[in-house]
Amino acid sequence: MSTPIALAFLAASVLFIIGIKLLSSPKSARAGNLVAAVGMLIALVATLPLMHVSAVNATLIVVGVLVGLIVGAVGAYRVKMTAMPQMVALFNGAGGGAAALVAAIEFAGHPGSTFFVSAMIFASVIGAVSFSGSIIAFAKLEGHLEKPLTYPGQQFANGGLVLAVVVLGVLLTSTLHSIPLFVVFIVLALLFGGLMVLPIGGADMPVVISLLNSFTGLAVAADGFAISNLALIVAGTIVGSSGTLLTLAMCKAMNRPVTNVLFGAFGQASTGAGGETASGGTVKPIQADEAALLLGLGQHIVIVPGYGLAVAQAQHQARQLADELAQRGVEVSFAIHPVAGRMPGHMNVLLAEANVPYEQLIEMEQINPQMPRVDVCLVIGANDVVNPAAHEDKSSPIYGMPIIEAEKARMVIVLKRSMGKGFAGIENRLFVRDNCRMLFGDARASLQELVTLVKAG
Amino acid sequence: MSVEVLTFFVFILAIFLGFELIFKVPSMLHTPLMSGTNAIHGIILVGGMLALAGADGTLERVLGFVAVVLGAANVFGGFMVTDRMLQMFRKKKR
Repeated sequence: MSTPIALAFLAASVLFIIGIKLLSSPKSARAGNLVAAVGMLIALVATLPLMHVSAVNATLIVVGVLVGLIVGAVGAYRVKMTAMPQMVALFNGAGGGAAALVAAIEFAGHPGSTFFVSAMIFASVIGAVSFSGSIIAFAKLEGHLEKPLTYPGQQFANGGLVLAVVVLGVLLTSTLHSIPLFVVFIVLALLFGGLMVLPIGGADMPVVISLLNSFTGLAVAADGFAISNLALIVAGTIVGSSGTLLTLAMCKAMNRPVTNVLFGAFGQASTGAGGETASGGTVKPIQADEAALLLGLGQHIVIVPGYGLAVAQAQHQARQLADELAQRGVEVSFAIHPVAGRMPGHMNVLLAEANVPYEQLIEMEQINPQMPRVDVCLVIGANDVVNPAAHEDKSSPIYGMPIIEAEKARMVIVLKRSMGKGFAGIENRLFVRDNCRMLFGDARASLQELVTLVKAG
Repeated sequence: MSVEVLTFFVFILAIFLGFELIFKVPSMLHTPLMSGTNAIHGIILVGGMLALAGADGTLERVLGFVAVVLGAANVFGGFMVTDRMLQMFRKKKR
């Protein structure tokens, strides 16, 4: 690699680092993404002179990049904001698949010394796991396979699979340069990626995607070793290590160790425990007109949005209701749980889409001390993040998770489609509290009705 | 110091850099950050392009082509979807 090209890759790496740094603050985040994109453009242009390419391969590269560009752009711009996590999972899976394929081609064509082969083996196995794991995570978030899949001896089956992959990997690195064996190796890795994610409940998919994101980073870094490209090493490694930290931060927001998320089979624990409506109370329905009256009379109203709001595409109606109430002198704030929606920060994105002012979004830690002074807490399509079982029921799978303490408000109104369970699949004892009323129906329709009634009243 | 050791050197430093970079990020930015770093590992497209450039034989070409398509989808889609998310963050400051 000539010096100018090497320096171009260095510039790209520096821009990635600056980009990530800027991404960590709300004000500069968008600029950060653009800075990283410029870095990527530099890296891609610097690659061109490195390629000694035949006409056939050149055509294939151009066509391939264009196809990827179109698929990526259509995916990125057509996806609904609610389906964002799935999209990230798919893009991540694509990266993992590419990393595995690059390693496979290098392994077949230019194996080199043990050092290079071990990098290829590592990149292909991690890339393959990330690929199949991301596909399963995507399917789960799309609503297929949402139930955790568990069977007796599962841990042993997965453990055996890991062992087989490791043994094959060591064999391929040290003694055997066999393509058929490599194919078996990849198939086992793909199988493991899928089986690793299958027993994990849909609610934990963000953590899984974040983890697989860092996996892909590491696979890319290993590819960097295999083809001696420092930009791949730096970019991949930084994504790998920052992704690991991000995964741990997400687990911390749910107050669960990462091992519990990955191997605890969330759903398994919840089937028996915490399944009863412990207090044995009944839910008290409320009609929209009465709810509108209560809202209009309040001084301080807190709205707790959950994934149900996103599914119903009701973020605009929620904002309208907040505006309407604010005009009447009611203080309105949105309480955002760190894991509301399907990903940390997902709810902020959705409400931002509906033009909810930044100042109205209050984080969980700030809103909880104010809760006893709140007149009405309006819970829209949220469930697990307001479930008091997290504080009270040691047998509950969400025990210990920090929640928004909606039950401490003077009155709680829950907008809910039906009495179904939350994403974690457990009962919510908030709904049977004395100060809780249920407004059943589609969140969007209910909110529209409330807006009209508040306006009229 | 051999090239292998030198690259390993860079690798270890990059691990620490990654940890430092996102220490204490507000949870509202976790999703965009995940999405943004997701786009950055799309640099595997560089590896895909190099692999396809040197490919001979149908199988290598097919694998290389798929790698380039996947890598390009990762990198372009990744940056675009992140920008779309962050665009909304900017809107609300008005």
